[in-house]
Amino acid sequence: MLLKEKMQTLLLNEKLAKGIRSHGSQMYPHECCGALFGLDSDSGREVRELFPLVNRRTDSPRNRFSVTPDDVLYADRAARDAGLAVVGWYHSHPDHPAIPSEFDREHAWPWYSYVIVSVAKGEAQTVASWRLADDRMRFEPEKISAGAAANAMP
Amino acid sequence: MAVKVMIPTPLRPFAGKKDSIELKARTVGEALGSLTTEFAELRKHLYTDDGKIRSFVNVYLNDEDIRYLEKENTPLKDGDTISIVPSIAGGR
Repeated sequence: MLLKEKMQTLLLNEKLAKGIRSHGSQMYPHECCGALFGLDSDSGREVRELFPLVNRRTDSPRNRFSVTPDDVLYADRAARDAGLAVVGWYHSHPDHPAIPSEFDREHAWPWYSYVIVSVAKGEAQTVASWRLADDRMRFEPEKISAGAAANAMP
Repeated sequence: MAVKVMIPTPLRPFAGKKDSIELKARTVGEALGSLTTEFAELRKHLYTDDGKIRSFVNVYLNDEDIRYLEKENTPLKDGDTISIVPSIAGGR
């Protein structure tokens, strides 16, 4: 079994979490999206930078988002240039909980962290992170840690 | 034809932790078939249960999307590079 038994941890400091919330509020009622640049270490996965992207899903941006392969390659190059890697992606769920949908599951790969922010009537709420199980059957919750000096996620 | 398949980071745990695999194949489809035979755990992340390449999985021959070539029947030549790039999609 490739997925570790214990829950993974995503280190996401309050400033970055606030950036995700702000992007979600700003794009409401549309979904926002972006890449997470960071590094993996023994203590977990640390997000160092956000890389906001344009939601290319213009036909139904209120309940879908899309990052094109060109944007994926663009994000990969930008992360490498910063000495980091794309360790995951974030998007918002307008007026919906920060829980992955079936559509999210069908379009995911393991290893990436998928961060979702719920946005209720324009106000960003919960930030949660998920990883797809190796067998693709479900998402596993990933614990978000703001780090020792910062506040915990709401 | 001797070609190289670049493995994206999220799929490396399913491909012996390698970032690229060299193999011999006549078409892109044959190369991906050979890859997923050697690394069976990769298959479900690239193909649906009915054997189609997943809609969010994009396959490039050198820098060209195979959808604009001959899809999986696209012929290969020695030294070609196949890349697998996801689209990131989702929503509530």
